Amino acid sequence: MSAKLLDIRDLVVEFRTEAGLLRAVKGVDLSIAAGETLALVGESGSGKSVTSLSTMRLIPEGVGRIAGGEILFRGRDGTVRDLVHLPGREMAGIRGSEIAMVFQEPMTSLNPAHRIGAQIAEAARLHEGLGRKAARARAVEMLKLVDIPEPERRAEAYPHQLSGGMRQRVMIAIALVCNPTLLIADEPTTALDSTVQLQILVLLRRLQDELGMAILFITHNLGVVAEIADRVAVMYGGRIVEDAPMAEILTAPRHPYTRGLLASVPRTDHAARAAGRRDRLQAIPGSMVDPLKPPPGCDFAPRCAWAQEACTAAVPVLEGVASGHHARCRRWREIV
Amino acid sequence: MTQPLIEVRDLEVHFPVGRTMFNAGATVRAVHRVSFEMGRGEVVGLVGESGSGKTTLGRSLLRLIEPTGGSVRLNGKEVTGMSPADLRRARSDMQIIFQDPFASLNPRMSVGEILSEALHLHSIGSRADRRDRVAALLETVGLPPQAAERYPHEFSGGQRQRIGIARALSVEPAFIVADEPVSALDVSIQAQIVNLLAELREKMKLSILFIGHDLSVIEYLCDRVIVLYLGKVMESGTVAEIYQRPRHPYTRALLDAAPQVDANRRTDRIMLTGDLPSPVSPPSGCIFRTRCPFAQPECAATVPPLETKGADHRVACIRADEIDLVPG
Ligand SMILES: Nc1ncnc2c1ncn2[C@@H]1O[C@H](COP(=O)(O)OP(=O)(O)OP(=O)(O)O)[C@@H](O)[C@H]1O
Ligand SMILES: Nc1ncnc2c1ncn2[C@@H]1O[C@H](COP(=O)(O)OP(=O)(O)O)[C@@H](O)[C@H]1O
Ligand code: SF4
Ligand SMILES: [Mg+2]
Ligand SMILES: [Mg+2]
Repeated sequence: MSAKLLDIRDLVVEFRTEAGLLRAVKGVDLSIAAGETLALVGESGSGKSVTSLSTMRLIPEGVGRIAGGEILFRGRDGTVRDLVHLPGREMAGIRGSEIAMVFQEPMTSLNPAHRIGAQIAEAARLHEGLGRKAARARAVEMLKLVDIPEPERRAEAYPHQLSGGMRQRVMIAIALVCNPTLLIADEPTTALDSTVQLQILVLLRRLQDELGMAILFITHNLGVVAEIADRVAVMYGGRIVEDAPMAEILTAPRHPYTRGLLASVPRTDHAARAAGRRDRLQAIPGSMVDPLKPPPGCDFAPRCAWAQEACTAAVPVLEGVASGHHARCRRWREIV
Repeated sequence: MTQPLIEVRDLEVHFPVGRTMFNAGATVRAVHRVSFEMGRGEVVGLVGESGSGKTTLGRSLLRLIEPTGGSVRLNGKEVTGMSPADLRRARSDMQIIFQDPFASLNPRMSVGEILSEALHLHSIGSRADRRDRVAALLETVGLPPQAAERYPHEFSGGQRQRIGIARALSVEPAFIVADEPVSALDVSIQAQIVNLLAELREKMKLSILFIGHDLSVIEYLCDRVIVLYLGKVMESGTVAEIYQRPRHPYTRALLDAAPQVDANRRTDRIMLTGDLPSPVSPPSGCIFRTRCPFAQPECAATVPPLETKGADHRVACIRADEIDLVPG
């Protein structure tokens, strides 16, 4: 079996809030092989960002904490370390150079007062120890790599002079400056038009071919999953409820939530429409779990058409369904 | 032919930009010679990249933004040029639903107050009537009657969007502009709201101008589609025509960019490069030509007229007859 680059085991993350202790991540198991793209999907508040921020050790101290589990990461030198217990200094060495991250809103992570070329050069100097001139050349090279036209000229631009798509390319350039082995992308295209989103997805695929990094891609759009993922993990209420290779998730899902998500995507039958018929969408009833008051047993039970009494008695375990395919549902065998 | 509910003729909305005491500034033509009609009970989708003028067009129909030129008629009555009193009356026939269910509801008003505010404003019904009406509205949008006593922050995004829809419905309008009403919602909740809108169009014969960027939602919900680029209509037609037989390169590019939940990645896509050009100095000739893979020198010289191609299908591209854009 190909060695795992990242192996998250039973991760638990808690936040202290005014309303009480909030368990945002309740025992997540997740792994990524070198060079692979794993899409993490799930609705708002399901714990996707908290999982990825934990991996970067960016959970705000004092407010939140990793309360359990391990995050095993295989470094470039081959040693496997648990990031949860890594001293801050060592973690800072990994952050940005071996694991890098891009966020949904590039404007908040770019410095509005500095030219973009200088910001990329800064990253190159910081992590690669390049001199001024070499860093500057590296910045232009990176802009070229992410398909920014006229890179020498654009290096002089300030973030606000660029479109959202261009800014996201700059963020990717900064993230990739040190050739990380893992790129975490938290909804990097959600704020973009679909035309520009497609450009960014195609760019990421090309960069992965060329540079070989693994990608943890967070999204709530199943169409984007189909576009980018090798494997998919579906999150609900702070837990992984299903994971499988991309095609299998889309064509043979075994968890009722995954099935519900897929059924929620409108599909139009033009022949039926011409005959005056419009079938209702199979929406999932109800709303998200309240993380302060999670239901007993299976988190999805209150919205699940398959729920039985036993479902509310205990949290179902993540069971193997097929090779590389797991589902956290007591009834997965009946769900085909 | 019966009279259309909404008739829009050569609508123009211009915004001054960069104007100072010393500088004449420039003009953005956010909506440029847009014409279309909508029948009673018809749902029309308005699509295009952000900045293409969808919101401006939608709001100018209700005169929430004043049009610079052209005309809008509701039931044959000219809305543009109406006196403030007439406009207030007409507003009970035209309503809007906003994208952001969090920002669009007054946090200090109970849901009951929010829903009866418009009734009050339009002097509809007695106090008891209004209470019944609020209960009926809540039922229509799938919320329990107790919701009337509660405040917006106590509801989830999807529930707040239901409240927004109920508020728009409260005055029994004939026409609703829905500006990206499901864009801020999770997929599973989005489907609930789309179902609700589909139900309302059947039950109430509502006409809806549905602004959106999720093409699968538009395809599902709408009868016709208008494709906007930099304030101009590039193509319009029935959903079946637009999705199965697009004739404008921009329409095809939008369709191709829509993420498909399909494990097989398409290979024959038309992919646009770059972004929308600056609306202050749009390209000459065909406004789309700087991103069009089919552009020829002639496209820079001629402004393509919006021509009728077959029943209820209009296209603004001088090469529409020679290029085949039917998706494979
Ligand atoms: N700093 C924080 N303080 C308190 N609670 C937090 C904090 N960050 C996240 N949470 C809570 O943790 C849970 C998971 O949040 P997370 O941001 O991981 O969701 P997500 O899956 O990324 O959602 P989205 O799709 O909206 O980005 C939520 O209930 C959220 O409110
Ligand atoms: N109040 C305003 N002042 C100046 N320009 C505006 C204003 N509102 C919109 N615009 C411009 O009009 C164009 C269309 O915008 P908008 O209608 O919001 O597009 P969409 O809804 O399709 O994203 C854009 O170029 C936008 O910047
Ligand atoms: S007129 Fe020319 S530039 Fe415009 S859409 Fe048609 S082919 Fe493209
Ligand atoms: Mg998030
Ligand atoms: Mg808008």
